[in-house]
Amino acid sequence: MGENYAAVMPANAYNWIAVWRRNFLAWKKVALASILGNLADPIANLFGLGFGLGLIVGRVEGTSYIAFLAAGMVATSAMTSATFETMYAAFARMDAKRTWEAILSTQLTLGDIVLGELVWAASKSVLAGTAIGIVAATLGYASWPSILYAMPTIALTGLVFASLAMVVISLAPSYDYFVFYQTLVLTPMVFLCGVVFPTSQLPGSFQHFAGLLPLAHSVDLIRPAMLERGADSAALHVGALCVYAVLPFFASTALFRRRLMR
Amino acid sequence: MSTVAIDLAGVKKSFGDKVIVNELSFSVARGECFGLLGPNGAGKSTIARMLLGMISPDAGKITVLNEPVPSRARVARVRIGVVPQFDNLELEFTVRENLLVFGRYFGMSARKIEAVAPSLLEFARLESKADVRVSELSGGMKRRLTLARALINDPHLLVMDEPTTGLDPHARHLIWERLRVLLARGKTILLTTHFMEEAERLCDRLCVLEGGRKIAEGKPDGLIDEHIGCNVVEIYGGDPHQLCELIRPHARHIEVSGETLFCYAPYPDQVRVKLRGRAGLRILQRPPNLEDVFLRLTGREMEK
Repeated sequence: MGENYAAVMPANAYNWIAVWRRNFLAWKKVALASILGNLADPIANLFGLGFGLGLIVGRVEGTSYIAFLAAGMVATSAMTSATFETMYAAFARMDAKRTWEAILSTQLTLGDIVLGELVWAASKSVLAGTAIGIVAATLGYASWPSILYAMPTIALTGLVFASLAMVVISLAPSYDYFVFYQTLVLTPMVFLCGVVFPTSQLPGSFQHFAGLLPLAHSVDLIRPAMLERGADSAALHVGALCVYAVLPFFASTALFRRRLMR
Repeated sequence: MSTVAIDLAGVKKSFGDKVIVNELSFSVARGECFGLLGPNGAGKSTIARMLLGMISPDAGKITVLNEPVPSRARVARVRIGVVPQFDNLELEFTVRENLLVFGRYFGMSARKIEAVAPSLLEFARLESKADVRVSELSGGMKRRLTLARALINDPHLLVMDEPTTGLDPHARHLIWERLRVLLARGKTILLTTHFMEEAERLCDRLCVLEGGRKIAEGKPDGLIDEHIGCNVVEIYGGDPHQLCELIRPHARHIEVSGETLFCYAPYPDQVRVKLRGRAGLRILQRPPNLEDVFLRLTGREMEK
């Protein structure tokens, strides 16, 4: 059995690129609509909460509320864009469109496909997160180089949430089940992880719990980068994110094997 | 290089307590067209997927192009082209883009794909459709594109799961003609089908399956001779049981299916003489075919 699991893991370090390029070609055909669709939601949040709530809140952690929020929105948009790309687009390719089935008849393995999908979803996160950063920089709430500093974390955040969403779609019988993940996992995470207010406002036990969540690690890296401060325990955050990216990758690939290749 | 393209020995597969493939063994020589013939649910698609390493057998040994499967299926697939039962083309892409994207899965460079694409499009009679989106193609064209796509890696072996199911007669004949061209070029083809005509026209040898078990194997002509070996008279109308008694002395074998009587007779004229003058009968005399073999082996009254 172990041999069979080994057979579905990535065959080499570059097979996944063909999957990424397939998705890029499809995306190019609808790029404009895709970018606008991805940006509208976080920008509405940024302005709505930033200006509206910002007037009441005043300064947070030594900066304006909107600058504080902008960093949270960059992390959140990286999370949602990777999640949605995986849950809806990759699920369709795996299920109804039979794209994965076609790829599995070539020399690619299931692991190659999953890896290609993860990197693709992370690429869309970089696009979405960077776009929010550019809006914030244009308005003067972040410096231009700070977006570059944040970019590696944005990419890693994309990998993490694509990887987690892969586990969800490897288990979900249909689209109808994704809403549980959205409402029970992602939405609470936004409020627990210091996106819209500092985690220090949370009751103590919640603070400890929040410290385990991947989005908290992203925010703790992206916010200092965007505010050009040094990040505390950066290695810990990066390590935690790596674990969140890698373990679900193996879990989902094994689960897909059971689902697609029984 | 071995002359055997595919070898199955004692292969078993169950899903839960349902046995899908039961102690199946067969072997396909290089350059041969081998058919897996059986009704829906006979296990044909499962076998096709097992050959590609997409399903692991519970027991038995599978070798494809000298590679043990599923452990080295990935290596074998480099030299296999697959036409799946359901089209899985990229509908939003053009015909040309479909070949490009698929060629990249085999590690081919864009230049190499562009070099082979024109001959594949010509082969599939899709030259004029190169820049048309796949969603705008007819069912027959999509099937031909799937075939062209399966050839992009210049495979030794083609695995085709019901390649003409759902196509109209014109489209079907065109696919058959294209497959004969591939056989003439020395490709090996394994196809699953429930069309007797397809099996009879294309296959050098075939294996008849029922409930995951092999119930016959051989050349189409040989199977027909062995299992039927005489003309068939189909009689419609009248009381089948009464007619049965009447013609029995001249029949080698008689089967009744609903209102129709199938009489296997070495001398059909004698049967016709017996029936002469009876009103309301429609009589059809024909040479035996694979369908007769199939139905003889699996029973006329079977569903599907």
